[in-house]
Amino acid sequence: MISDLQRDRLAYRRSRSRRSVLVAFASTVVFAAVAVLAVTSSPGWPRVRQSFFNAEIAWRTLPALLDGLWLNLRVLVVCEVLILVLALGIAVLRTLRGPVWFPVRALATGYVDFFRGLPLIICLYLIGFGLPGLRLSGIPNDPVLLGGIALVLVYSAYVAEVFRAGIESVHPSQLAAAKSLGLGHAKTMRIVVLPQAVRRVLPALLNDFVALQKDCGLISVLGAVDAVRAAQITASSSYNFTPYVVAGLLFVLLAIPSGRLADWVSRRATNRQGA
Amino acid sequence: MLKKKAVMAAVALLAVSACAPVDETPTAAGPATGAACAKDKLATLAAGKLTFGTDEPVYQPWFVDNKPESGQGFEAAVAYAVAGKLGYAPADVVWTRVPFNAAIQPGKKAYDVDVNEFSITDERKQAVDFSSPYYDVAQAVIAPKSSPAAAAKTLAELKKVKLGAQVGTTSYDAAQRLAPEQQVAVYNTNDDAKAALGNGQIQALVLDLPTAFYVTSAELPDATIVGQLPRGEGKPEQFGLVLDKGSSLTPCVSGAVDGLRSDGTLAKLEQEWLATAGNAPELK
Amino acid sequence: MTVEPLEPVLSVRGLVKSYDGKRVLDGVDLDVGEHQVVVLIGPSGSGKSTLLRCVNLLEDLDDGQVLLDGDDISDPRHDAGKARRRMGIVFQAFNLFPHLSVLDNITLAPREVHGVPRKVATQRALDLLDRVGLSDKANSYPDRLSGGQQQRVAIARALAYEPRLLLLDEITSALDPELVGEVLALVRELAGQGRTILMATHEMGFARQVADQVVFLDHGSVVETGPPEQVLGDPRHERTRLFLRRVIDAGRI
Repeated sequence: MISDLQRDRLAYRRSRSRRSVLVAFASTVVFAAVAVLAVTSSPGWPRVRQSFFNAEIAWRTLPALLDGLWLNLRVLVVCEVLILVLALGIAVLRTLRGPVWFPVRALATGYVDFFRGLPLIICLYLIGFGLPGLRLSGIPNDPVLLGGIALVLVYSAYVAEVFRAGIESVHPSQLAAAKSLGLGHAKTMRIVVLPQAVRRVLPALLNDFVALQKDCGLISVLGAVDAVRAAQITASSSYNFTPYVVAGLLFVLLAIPSGRLADWVSRRATNRQGA
Repeated sequence: MLKKKAVMAAVALLAVSACAPVDETPTAAGPATGAACAKDKLATLAAGKLTFGTDEPVYQPWFVDNKPESGQGFEAAVAYAVAGKLGYAPADVVWTRVPFNAAIQPGKKAYDVDVNEFSITDERKQAVDFSSPYYDVAQAVIAPKSSPAAAAKTLAELKKVKLGAQVGTTSYDAAQRLAPEQQVAVYNTNDDAKAALGNGQIQALVLDLPTAFYVTSAELPDATIVGQLPRGEGKPEQFGLVLDKGSSLTPCVSGAVDGLRSDGTLAKLEQEWLATAGNAPELK
Repeated sequence: MTVEPLEPVLSVRGLVKSYDGKRVLDGVDLDVGEHQVVVLIGPSGSGKSTLLRCVNLLEDLDDGQVLLDGDDISDPRHDAGKARRRMGIVFQAFNLFPHLSVLDNITLAPREVHGVPRKVATQRALDLLDRVGLSDKANSYPDRLSGGQQQRVAIARALAYEPRLLLLDEITSALDPELVGEVLALVRELAGQGRTILMATHEMGFARQVADQVVFLDHGSVVETGPPEQVLGDPRHERTRLFLRRVIDAGRI
């Protein structure tokens, strides 16, 4: 049971909020109308629309772009899985303590330093063209495979550092508790540290995933036709930039679910644990 | 958040379309000669100098040692010959480097004339001006002797082969016209394509015929020319000098090229630089 | 008739530990017999936590020995992991694993370290939770529990594998006053069951009631040790008296 005073207050707040919703709606409509009018009546608009937003060309090039995007997607999924596995391995190797593991730690650190510094495009050329040129037996020759290997090598270095940051952010008291229970290093990592570390760095991991979505297209320098290359082919023959605009939009659409997935996962993780 | 994105997008669009386009006036058809093309009347980028553009790097037999200034190589020689016809001494010729794809984009140019094995096509004419043609070109297919493509004698056999070509070129168009069973591999440059050919990542490469001869004789000795490809729509493919769309220089430059053809200079230069481009079988 | 004294469960001899050149523990000697409750008191910085951590081999010793049931566990040749399995430690900050449920927290060590099958471990864990009064929280996550409840879970976790020695490091210092009681009640019960306990605490009243022996630690050395009536009621050393007076003045006795 609420008092009359409170009832009045609630009524007032309700009417105020109704008013602000209407105002927000009206102002959005007016703003949108003004923006659209301003853009479409400006002198250069027909030329811009023809050059960047040509519906006919967009429709015509869409199948080729989707074909290319399908290649991007396949490379993306396979590479991401491999990257996560390799990066986790490297990060964990760097946590091994004791002099006997020194060469392993040094190798892991060296790997990270080298592949984080090496430009991806150089790595692509070295592995995509240079490696097969050596004609050593057992080396694959498929440009998509080689490009994928280059992507995995370079990105694992970045993601390994993300994992390492997560591992180091787990409070030392957790390690003390695990140690006091008698858990060895491997079990402490697997059961106590990594689950917490991975949850903490999920936003950073998903960030790198979105970056990978775009870098996947670079394998096109090795000859495979991905969405960007498909756009380039049609754009260069028609002198119209609409294919690029459409390809760009496709990539943006691809990135949106990843962003929302990241939000959902971290919300669920923080709801489940206070850490 | 969405509203903010909408605002930014609207502002960007406004900025772009608010720049009123400068409409380019169409050129008068046909080459012109005589007084209208005197050196002092030509509106070149730099007064008294003729600026030629070409790619970085450039290859034989079109240029030698990547040095257009030497005048060595078929296209370098043609460029200096055209300049001479317009009254420019070799010292008045300036070279600038423009990537292949950038040279034929619409928009302002950093060169007066670009010379870089550009075939005259209707699509490209929408974006740039071409001079009269200075060379008739054929597309050819090269393959390592060990490749299955090397033994191909007909177009039908070539369809089964993994082909490659540089992006945005008429060589790529010619490869596409074959309707091969495997997707054509597309490379940023012919250097990348040649590397792929050497690795066996593609089985054959489509290039223009003179380049094909140079590559198989000097660069990839164990590659061979499989044959010439038929022309698209039966029309001969021809190289033309590229100028900015609606450039005032176009009639004069065309006139110069026509002059070189009629006085036999073009034929002489072809003989000097492209004679080794012998005959390759025409594939059907 | 002489009865051979039973070997103490824990024996600390001349323990020395330094941090950054400063001696935090300066030659500590301590014995905890079977079923005994030994309480460590002293001002902060006296080395109580460090002592417990050294006993549990969470820190390296700079000198001295720690003997558990007669075995020198501080010997580097001795497997530290094996030694820790015979001890349980409860921390001031509970240190529960936040991503595991209460039940998983408790069954973790038995399953992973002591090889107890999952069903058996779960049953024992539920029994333990029942004894500490938290059986309805078995599937909850630590962040949903109050401080007192979390600390009781931490104690259950330390007991899950039946350690020889229970180490309690100021387990009520981080709790709100009204939650301290439930945790101390549990410790009293454990003491009554005959557990061997070494605990550091500020709760003097509790120490007086439950301890068999009280050890006053100051600046890294044992100043006084004896039964609670003596150390807490009628201390022999001036420093002990000084410390107790300060504690009384703060209203904590």
